[in-house]
Amino acid sequence: MFIITCPFCGERDQSEFSAGGEAHIVRPKQPTELSDDEWADFLFMRKNIKGVQFERWNHAHGCRKWFNVIRDTSNDKIHAVYKMGEKPPSD
Amino acid sequence: MSENFRSSETKFLDKTNRISFKYNGKKYYGYKGDTLASALLSNGVHLIGRSFKYHRPRGIMTCGSEEPNAIVQIGGSGSFTEPNVRATEQEIYEGLEASSQNCWPSVEFDVGGINNFISPVIPAGFYYKTFMWPKKLWYSLYEPAIRMSAGLGKSPTQPDPELYDHNHLHCDVLVVGGGISGILAASISADNGNNTVLIDDKNSLGGSTIFQDDENFKIDDEIPSVWLNNQIKNIKNKKNLIIKHRTSLAAYHSYNYLLARENLADHKSLDERSNKLRQRLWKIRAKKVILATGAIERPLIFNNNDRPGVMLANSVKKYIDYFGVRCGNKNVIFTNNDSAYETAISLNKKGINVTIVDIRNNSSSILVKNAKNAGIKIYWNHTVVDTKGYRRIKSIQIMKMSDDGTNVIGSKINLVCDNLSISGGWTPMVHLFTQSGGKLKFRDSDQVFLPNTAMSDQISIGSCNGDFELDDVIKNTNSECKNFLSASVTDYDSLTISCPKQKESKNIWLLPNDKPLGKTKPFLDFQNDSTAKDIKLAMREGFKSIEHVKRYTTTGMGTDQGKLANMHALGIISETAGVKMGSLGTTTFRPPYTPLTFGTIVGRNVGTFFDIIRKTPIHEWHENHKAKFENVGQWKRAWYYPKNNESMHQAVQRESKAARESAGILDASTLGKIDIKGTDASEFLNRVYTNAWSKLAIGKCRYGLMLNEDGMVYDDGVTTRLEENHYVMTTTTGGAANVLSKLEDYLQTEWPELDVWLTSVTDHYATASICGPNSKNILKKLFPKLEFNDENFPHMSFKNAELNGINCRIMRISFTGEHSYEINIESKYGKSLWENCIEAGKEFNITPYGTETMHLLRAEKGFIIVGQDTDGTMTPIDLQMEWIISKKKYDFIGKRSLYRSDTMREDRKHLVGLLTDNPREILEEGAQIVQDEKKQPIEMLGHVTSSYFSPNLNKSIALAVVKNGKKLKGQKLLVPMKDKTINVTVSDFVFFDSKNERLNA
Ligand SMILES: [Zn+2]
Repeated sequence: MFIITCPFCGERDQSEFSAGGEAHIVRPKQPTELSDDEWADFLFMRKNIKGVQFERWNHAHGCRKWFNVIRDTSNDKIHAVYKMGEKPPSD
Repeated sequence: MSENFRSSETKFLDKTNRISFKYNGKKYYGYKGDTLASALLSNGVHLIGRSFKYHRPRGIMTCGSEEPNAIVQIGGSGSFTEPNVRATEQEIYEGLEASSQNCWPSVEFDVGGINNFISPVIPAGFYYKTFMWPKKLWYSLYEPAIRMSAGLGKSPTQPDPELYDHNHLHCDVLVVGGGISGILAASISADNGNNTVLIDDKNSLGGSTIFQDDENFKIDDEIPSVWLNNQIKNIKNKKNLIIKHRTSLAAYHSYNYLLARENLADHKSLDERSNKLRQRLWKIRAKKVILATGAIERPLIFNNNDRPGVMLANSVKKYIDYFGVRCGNKNVIFTNNDSAYETAISLNKKGINVTIVDIRNNSSSILVKNAKNAGIKIYWNHTVVDTKGYRRIKSIQIMKMSDDGTNVIGSKINLVCDNLSISGGWTPMVHLFTQSGGKLKFRDSDQVFLPNTAMSDQISIGSCNGDFELDDVIKNTNSECKNFLSASVTDYDSLTISCPKQKESKNIWLLPNDKPLGKTKPFLDFQNDSTAKDIKLAMREGFKSIEHVKRYTTTGMGTDQGKLANMHALGIISETAGVKMGSLGTTTFRPPYTPLTFGTIVGRNVGTFFDIIRKTPIHEWHENHKAKFENVGQWKRAWYYPKNNESMHQAVQRESKAARESAGILDASTLGKIDIKGTDASEFLNRVYTNAWSKLAIGKCRYGLMLNEDGMVYDDGVTTRLEENHYVMTTTTGGAANVLSKLEDYLQTEWPELDVWLTSVTDHYATASICGPNSKNILKKLFPKLEFNDENFPHMSFKNAELNGINCRIMRISFTGEHSYEINIESKYGKSLWENCIEAGKEFNITPYGTETMHLLRAEKGFIIVGQDTDGTMTPIDLQMEWIISKKKYDFIGKRSLYRSDTMREDRKHLVGLLTDNPREILEEGAQIVQDEKKQPIEMLGHVTSSYFSPNLNKSIALAVVKNGKKLKGQKLLVPMKDKTINVTVSDFVFFDSKNERLNA
């Protein structure tokens, strides 16, 4: 059970959060222009990396805000937390 | 009168406090401070139980949590009984009752003992291979024997009456283990201003140093036990140090999150513990963790090394030095290292006969010299090849070893003994370290795994870190803690320590024997009865991974997780496979470190506290009117209201007729309600629902269908435009939280430019839904100022109103097909609103109805229930709801998916109606639908989703999803049941008032 630093509330127990899958998958602005394959790629395809992964988390039992987390899935080490719309820290 | 084995005075027991207890029905005495094991040993009782597979007699081996054999049933047969308690940890109390496990009819004469004699046919993997055996023998002999003897202990048959608790604890530094290194670490930590918690699983601190009285060991010119005792007194006064006794660490998770079980009552007699907590689970979050979990002595692996009376040497020392109990009158110590000589010297000093068998050629340690000077006979370069004695060891046979240690030579020497103390060196307890994600390294010199890289802010100190000498333990603990806690000076910087050093070492995982391996029983896992030959057999059969060998032989899979001999198993595997020991790795150590009771895990979350229960503000009224309730998510919803012993069917038929003939009233408070505000609210609704919302006039309501991005129906409900930029959305009862979370997701991540604010108001309003031809008349009585004609207050519109001065929102919407109103009022007035409705409706026979009738009425109308008639694979087109998909809107959630090749398939499952050929026959929900029963394999076309007997149509009706259903209208299908096949015809799914005339009636 790890600790996540919510960008709005600070350090909180993992049990207050819910995971939202891979980050930085943008919903296409013009879905009708996409082929079935392109749409399926957006809809279904996720990386599921063993290692450093960019993820979305929601402070579900807190401020209800969504934000991004860079987490190593092999050891749960969290490298960075940043708000929606922000660019991931470069290092 | 049996012999008393309590041979010396000890300061650790309260001799004035004599305690009686029962073991296997017989009364014994011990003293306050005794464990069940020490008290039994003081009475000369060694035989405790029978082993799991072969039912061999087994005795007490150790003095701690690693005990594999001495596990007992505590308490009688009632609710207080507990199986698998380690006698070495259970403190005795007045009236304690304990009994042996895994033996029938008694531990002295155990029928299962036959397994021991048929053991040549129960090798490793026996249970996997069993069905290959001749059937006849299996049924007549093996199975009955195994069934009679299977399982460890008895579980209680009544609910646990005791209280358990959970508690959170946050600290700067958590020290695990109250031996000398843990005590020093806690002291250093507290002195440096850290809020420190020290936990230890025993009733007093001190580990094995607290009974170290040997004069060859000195700390600042004091013998260690005296010096340490002063340190313990000292730390008890430290303000920022909390010491928790009888608290064992169960799990060490990442980010220094740890679970510990504090035992508050198990050492007390039953009347002392009434109405008090039994155990507490501490959920600890520590900034830093110091592990001082110590080391466990290794056994030696030789033929018949499991008899009662075979014990670990250091445990024998604890029994004599700490508890004052001798484990035998004629002791043999069998060792491969110097530490067992401490036991020999302790016994010798107390006048107890002792002989030593050492597999080494010699040792130059002071301890060995002292043993020699005391006149103790030592057999160098010898090994034990056999032991005798069924219920207690009687003698051993030893032989000289060849120079390379692989063989025995010469003739056998017989030694009579009643105790065999064995020592194979020490294994650092790295279980918790690895649980936390730490990686181990292997030290070749003494064949131990040690902590290497840790995943969280922690260190391991003392013998769990591989320091086995007193001076190393103290000096390294001091320096490592200073470093870890950034302390500049400590009380222990300039201690002078003297201690005998470990000298010559020799390690042989499986000791040689004069007999072939197949004819011997060298036990590795005493609880699960796996032997060295099982390991070798598994490897011959092709198992290579240690995880596979473990599971095949069940080595290390008992309640003790093989704490004693996992290392030997690894050693034998690596030797047999010819690979280096360190390269194999270890098996995974999983939590809990020692078993936890279910009570501790669950804490207070039992009975009514098991899950959250949500009740509507009108709940009390339903209870007073004898409603039956059903669970909908966490909600308790009125299901139906039986009158005069009505069955459910009778009640629902009555309620359904009343609602259509005059008036019915439903508590709809549980429906999810989301308040939506903002200048972009209309645009937002356009994007989340399939239909168009921009043109919805203020004061109007609209039904909406919400899809997932994959095009499947996710939720539905009616949304009302209260003001220009203010809507209230209703969702299904079960979907409320998920819908809000999904909408927030889109708002925050995909469309942050939209000015929209969402608030859950489900609990803020209570809702009474009144339907039926007389609903208008009832509303007129309640709201005399309001005009209820169809022009002023048409279907799908909303009005603000007042009831006795309290604001209400009235929506004219219908889920039953009847002329119908939903009245929303602030929750606290909910019950009053309901009572007003009932009062006003009396003259119209207003009938309260529950969820079952609601479901029936909407099924008559063919209205779906998301989650019942849909299952996450239904598009709106599948539901024949094309009318709700806006053609004009460029995009909405899920739109693109409706044009994927799979969602456009013509032969998907569609929602249809089903009518049984026999109108009295009611289909079962979930029943499968087929066309041709004879076709093989039989083709499943779909299933029944909703089914009722309609009192208003006087026939059975059902909704179903059926492959290609739209094209099957009018066709005959079959619903095969267990004892018959029901003939059905596919129909339209609107069964009642298909022209919607009753809405405006
Ligand atoms: Zn937050």
